[in-house]
Amino acid sequence: MQTTENDPEPLPEAPPLEVRRTQEERLLKAWETPKGWRYWSAVNNSEVGLWYTVASFCFFLYGGVLALLMRIQLAVPENTFLTANQYNQIFTMHGSVMMFLFAVPIFEAFSILVLPQMLGARDLPFPRLSAYGFWSFIIGGVFVCGSIFFDAAPRGGWFMYPPLTSSYQSDVGADIWLLGLTFIEIASIAAAIELIVGVLKCRPPGMRINLIPLYSWYILVVAGMILFAFPPLIAGDILLEMERAFHWPFFDPARGGDPVLWQHLFWIFGHPEVYIIFLPSVALMAMIVPTFARTPIVGYSWVVLSAVGTGFLSFGLWVHHMFTTGLPGVSLGIFSAASQAVAIPTGVQIFCFLATLVAGRVVKSACLLFVFAGLATFIIGGLTGVMVAVAPFDFQAHDTYFIVGHLHYVLIGGTIFPIMAGFYYFFPMVRGKKLSERIGTIVFWLVFIGFNVGFFPMHISGMMGMPRRVFTYPAGMGFDTLNMISTIGAFILAGGLLLFFFDVVRPRKNEPYSERNPWNAGTLEWLAEIPDKPWGARSIPEIDSRYPLWDQPNFVRDVDEGRFYLPDAKEVLRETIVTSVIDARPIQCLRVAGPTFITVWAAIFTGGFFILATYHWWTSAVISGLLAIVMLLRWAWTTAPIPEKDSKDVGLGMTLPIYVSGPNAVGWWAMFITMTADLTAFMSLVFGYFFYWTVHKDFPPEQHQGPGVFWPVLSLVLFAASYGLTLLSHRWNREDNAKMFYGGIIGAAVLSLGGTAAIIAGPWTTNLDPTSHVYPAIVWVLAGWMALHGIGGLIMQLYCLARRAARRMTAKYDADIVNVCLYWHFLALTVFITVGVIAGFPFLA
Amino acid sequence: MNRVHSVLRRWSTRWLFPIVALMLGGCAGPQSALDPAGQGAEDIARIFWIMVIGATIIWITVIGLAIYALRLKPGPHHRRRSGVWIIGGGVIAPTVILTGLVIYSLAFLPQLLARPPEGSLQIKVEGLQWWWRVTYLENGEPDFELANEIHLPVGEPVEFLLSSPDVIHSFWIPALGGKVDMIPGRETRLTLMPTRTGTFRGVCAEYCGASHALMNFTVVVEEPEDYQQWLAEQRSPARQPAEELTILGRELFVSSGCGACHSVRGTDANGRIAPDLTHVGSRHKLGADVLPNDRASFERWIRHTDDVKPDVLMPEYHSLDAAELTALAAYLESLD
Repeated sequence: MQTTENDPEPLPEAPPLEVRRTQEERLLKAWETPKGWRYWSAVNNSEVGLWYTVASFCFFLYGGVLALLMRIQLAVPENTFLTANQYNQIFTMHGSVMMFLFAVPIFEAFSILVLPQMLGARDLPFPRLSAYGFWSFIIGGVFVCGSIFFDAAPRGGWFMYPPLTSSYQSDVGADIWLLGLTFIEIASIAAAIELIVGVLKCRPPGMRINLIPLYSWYILVVAGMILFAFPPLIAGDILLEMERAFHWPFFDPARGGDPVLWQHLFWIFGHPEVYIIFLPSVALMAMIVPTFARTPIVGYSWVVLSAVGTGFLSFGLWVHHMFTTGLPGVSLGIFSAASQAVAIPTGVQIFCFLATLVAGRVVKSACLLFVFAGLATFIIGGLTGVMVAVAPFDFQAHDTYFIVGHLHYVLIGGTIFPIMAGFYYFFPMVRGKKLSERIGTIVFWLVFIGFNVGFFPMHISGMMGMPRRVFTYPAGMGFDTLNMISTIGAFILAGGLLLFFFDVVRPRKNEPYSERNPWNAGTLEWLAEIPDKPWGARSIPEIDSRYPLWDQPNFVRDVDEGRFYLPDAKEVLRETIVTSVIDARPIQCLRVAGPTFITVWAAIFTGGFFILATYHWWTSAVISGLLAIVMLLRWAWTTAPIPEKDSKDVGLGMTLPIYVSGPNAVGWWAMFITMTADLTAFMSLVFGYFFYWTVHKDFPPEQHQGPGVFWPVLSLVLFAASYGLTLLSHRWNREDNAKMFYGGIIGAAVLSLGGTAAIIAGPWTTNLDPTSHVYPAIVWVLAGWMALHGIGGLIMQLYCLARRAARRMTAKYDADIVNVCLYWHFLALTVFITVGVIAGFPFLA
Repeated sequence: MNRVHSVLRRWSTRWLFPIVALMLGGCAGPQSALDPAGQGAEDIARIFWIMVIGATIIWITVIGLAIYALRLKPGPHHRRRSGVWIIGGGVIAPTVILTGLVIYSLAFLPQLLARPPEGSLQIKVEGLQWWWRVTYLENGEPDFELANEIHLPVGEPVEFLLSSPDVIHSFWIPALGGKVDMIPGRETRLTLMPTRTGTFRGVCAEYCGASHALMNFTVVVEEPEDYQQWLAEQRSPARQPAEELTILGRELFVSSGCGACHSVRGTDANGRIAPDLTHVGSRHKLGADVLPNDRASFERWIRHTDDVKPDVLMPEYHSLDAAELTALAAYLESLD
C-alpha cells in the first residue's frame, strides 16, 4: 500500500469514525436482506445472482445425468438399457437443458452476481426485473425438466425440425418445448436488458468506455447478441406452436408451408447462440489471465474489437448448419468462407491472452490449470470447427459423431473449463473462502483426461459413419470399441465434476476466511469485503484506470473510509449512481427497488399462461395471462416514484438529480432495448412472409384473396392519428395543460382501439382462413402481432392517464409518457411495415 | 544415447506402429467415410487428411507457445514485443492459412455438386419413417421399385433424386460421398460415382423420429455385368410359390391383408404404403438393414414389429399361429 504523499489527487479527509459508523448502519439498513420466509422476496443482485447461479448449476447436473444415461446406452452395440423413445427424449432434453437452462442462464446469473461489483455499483438498475427473470427461469425450467419423469418430454431434438415436430409428434412433448422454452427465452431477454443497461449506465464515475473491464465488454456484446438472436427463435416458436395448436400450415408443404423456414429461423438464433455461450467464458479468461500474469491485458482494444467482431460475424454464418439441404454452390461458398473468417477474431483473443502471459510474471494456481485446459481443448474444437465450415467436408461430417465431438470440444473446452476456472477465481469473493487447490488439481486431471478420452474418439466414430442421435448401433461397424472408450471417458469426467461439486458445496465452517482480494487482482469487484457486505462498495469510487486496485494509490482505503460518492444512505433508501454512456459522467442518483413478492407473483402467472397453454386449457391460460398483466402493471405502478426533493448531494461536492426522464434515464434505455428485441421478432415474421414469396412462384397465390386494402389502410390512419395524439399529449403534459392532455390521451386511446379493430377486420371481413394455406396464415399472424401491440399501446396510454390522475406523473416528472412515446415510435414502425406488407405487397408481387 | 535410441525403437515397434496401423485399419468398414469407394468420398477424405495434418501442426504450435508463456519463459517480456504475438498469431497466420484453405477446399465444390452427363443412371429415393423407397428410373420414367437396397455399376456416375413424403431425412452413403437431406415438398439431388466394388451401408443422417437409428440400407457396387443381371431379376415379377409351405404362405399373405400396404408384382398385392416385397428374399437385410434376411427374422418381424422397430406403422400380427407364421415367412423368403 502506497503512502499519501504519492497520491496525485488526494481526496478529502475521511469523516470521523462515529459518523462513518452511523453511515454504515444506515447503509446496512437500506440494503438489508429480508429475514425468514421473506428472504425469497429479496431482489438484490447478490441474492438473485446467487440463486440464479445455483439453479443453473443444478440444471447442469441434471443435463449431465442425462448425458451419462446416453453413454450407458451407447457403451455396447444393440443395447436395451433405454428404449428408443426414452433415448430420444433424453438426447432432446440434454441438448435443450444444456443450451437453454445452463449455458445461457449461467452467464446471465453470474453476471448479475458480479457485474455491479465489477462496476463499483450498489446494484443493477432493475433488481426486480432480475428477480422476475429468475423466478420465470426456475418455474419454466422445472416444468420442462419435470416432463421427463412423466415420459412426456419433448423428443424432437433440441433443434425441433418440423414436420417431425409439427405433424408427427402429437403428444404434449413438443408443446412443452415450444412454450416452456419460449417462456425461458423471455426471461433471458429480460436479463439481457438488465445487463446492457447495467454496463451502459451504471458504471462508476470516470470509467470511460475505454476503461470498462473486459468482462463487462463481453457482457455488453453477448447481451446485445441475445437481443437479436432470441427473437427469431421466439418468432419460429410462435409459428410452430400455431401450427401444432391450430393447424396453421407454416411448415406443411401440402398447404404452401416450408419446413426450411424453421431451419433458417432456428439457426439465425442457433449459431449466435454458440457465441453467446462461448464469449462469456472468454470474458472470464480475460479477467483471470491478467490477474495471474500480474500485468494488464496486452491488446485491450484488440480484445474488445474481436469480441464485437465475433458478435457481428456470428449472425452471418447460420447457413453452415444447412449445408446439406441442397443449397446452390454460391451460397455454400459464401457461407463457408464467412464461417472460417470467424476464426480470425477468435485467434486474436487467444493470442492476446498468450501475449499477456508472456508479458507478465505468471503465478501458479488451479485457476490457470483450468484456463489452460480450456485453451487446449477449445483450440481443438475451433480447428475442427474450421474443418466443418469447409462445405465439402461438412457433406460427410454433418450430423455425425464428428460434430458431437467438435461441439463438445467447443462447449466444454470453451465454456465449462473456463467456468470452472471462474468458480475457483470468484469463489472467495462470493463465499469468503477459497476452493481447495489440492482438490482442484485432482479435479483438473480427472476432467481433462476424462473429457478427452470421452470426446476425442467421437471424431473417429463420426468419420467411420456413425450418425448422431441414434439410440443404438449395430455391432461390426467399427463403432464398438470407440463408443466403449467414450463411455469410460464420460464417467471419468463425471467423477471429476462430482469431486468439483463436492468441493463447492462441502461445509467450510472451520476454515478461516480468505484474505480480501486473495489473488491480488486489479479490478473493482475485488473491493468486496470478506465476509461481504450487502452494499457492494462502501462508497462508489471515481476511476481513472483499467486496474484501479493496482494503479490508483490508496484506493481501497479511500473506498472503505467513504471518501468517494454515496458513502451514506441518509433516507435509508437503496441508491446507486447512474452515469452517461460514453464518458461515465454522473447524471443521476438512482433509487433502486427493494424486496418484493410482486415479481414472484408476476412470474407465477406468466408461467401459468405458458404452462396452461401447453395443455390447451385456453380459458385458464388467458385468465393467468391477464393476472400476469395485472401484476406487471401493479409492479410498474411502484416504479419511478416522484422523489421528496429534486436532487441530492452524493459527496465530493457533487449534487445529482434523483429523477430523470428521457435518454438519460435507465427506464428509457430499457424500453428502447426491449422494443429493439420486439422489433427483431416482428421482422423475423416479416422475413417468413418474404421467404414464402421466394419459394413460391405465385405468392400471394391467385386463389387466395388478401386482407384487402380498405381495413388495413384505415387501421394505418387510425394508428397514425393515435401516434400523433400521443406525442402531442406528451407536449401538453410538459406544458402542464391538463385539459388538453386528458383529451389528447383519451382520444389517442380510442383511436388505438379503432386501429386494432380495423387491422383484425381486414382478414376477418375477407374471410381469410388461416388453416387453408400458408398465405392467409402468415397474414393473420402479422395482423395479430400488430393488434396485440396495438392493445399494448392502448394499455400504456391508459396507464399514463391513470398516472397523471393519481399524481404519480406531472409536467416535470414525466418519465412514463416519455417511455410510452418511445414505445409508440416502434409501434408506428410496426404498423407501417405490417400494413405495407399485407395490403401493399400483393400489388407489387 | 544408444540406449535411448533402442528404447525408442522398441517402444515404437511395440506400441506406436501397431496403434497407427490399428487407427488406419480401424478406419475401414462398410460405413466409413475414411475408407472411400467413390469419387466424392475420395476427394473429401483427401481434404480431411490435409486438414487434420494442418490442424495438428497449428495445435502443437499454439499449445507450445502457451506452455512457453506459462512455464518456460525466463522472465517478463516487453509488452510491445509480446504484442507481435497478437498480430502474427492472431491476425496474419489465420488469415493466410484460412485463405489457402478456402481456395483449396472450395475448388472441390463444383465437381461435388456437378450433375452427371445426360443419360446417366437415375434413381429416385424417398425417405419414409423408417425405410427407403427406391425407384430405378429409365429415361426419367419409373422402371421398377424396391426398398432398402441399391445396386450400382462400378465406374458409372449415378444421380439420386431425393424426396420425402413425411419428415426430413438425410440420404448418406459414407463410403461413396457426402449426404443430402430429403425435405418434404422439395426434390434434392445427389450425384455419386462409385470407384470400386463392394457392399456398403447407407444410413439416415437426419433425426427423423423414434426409429431414426434403424433406418439404413445396403448399397452393392458391382461389375456392370453383375449389375445388369441384377436389374433383369429385379424387373421380373415375383417368383410363384412351388412348395406346399410357400403356397400356404401366399394364401396367408392374401388373407391377412398384407397386400393393402405391400406390393408383390405379379400378384394382386399392390399396396403403396409400405416396402415393395417383389424380391424381398433377394435382399441382404430386412427391416431397413436391421435384421438378417432369414426365415426366423421374417417371423420375428411379423410377430414383434414394434420391438424390432419402435413406433413403426406396421401392426404386429399376433393372430397367426406358429405354423402359419412359418408358412408366411417361408413365402416371403422364397421371393428372391
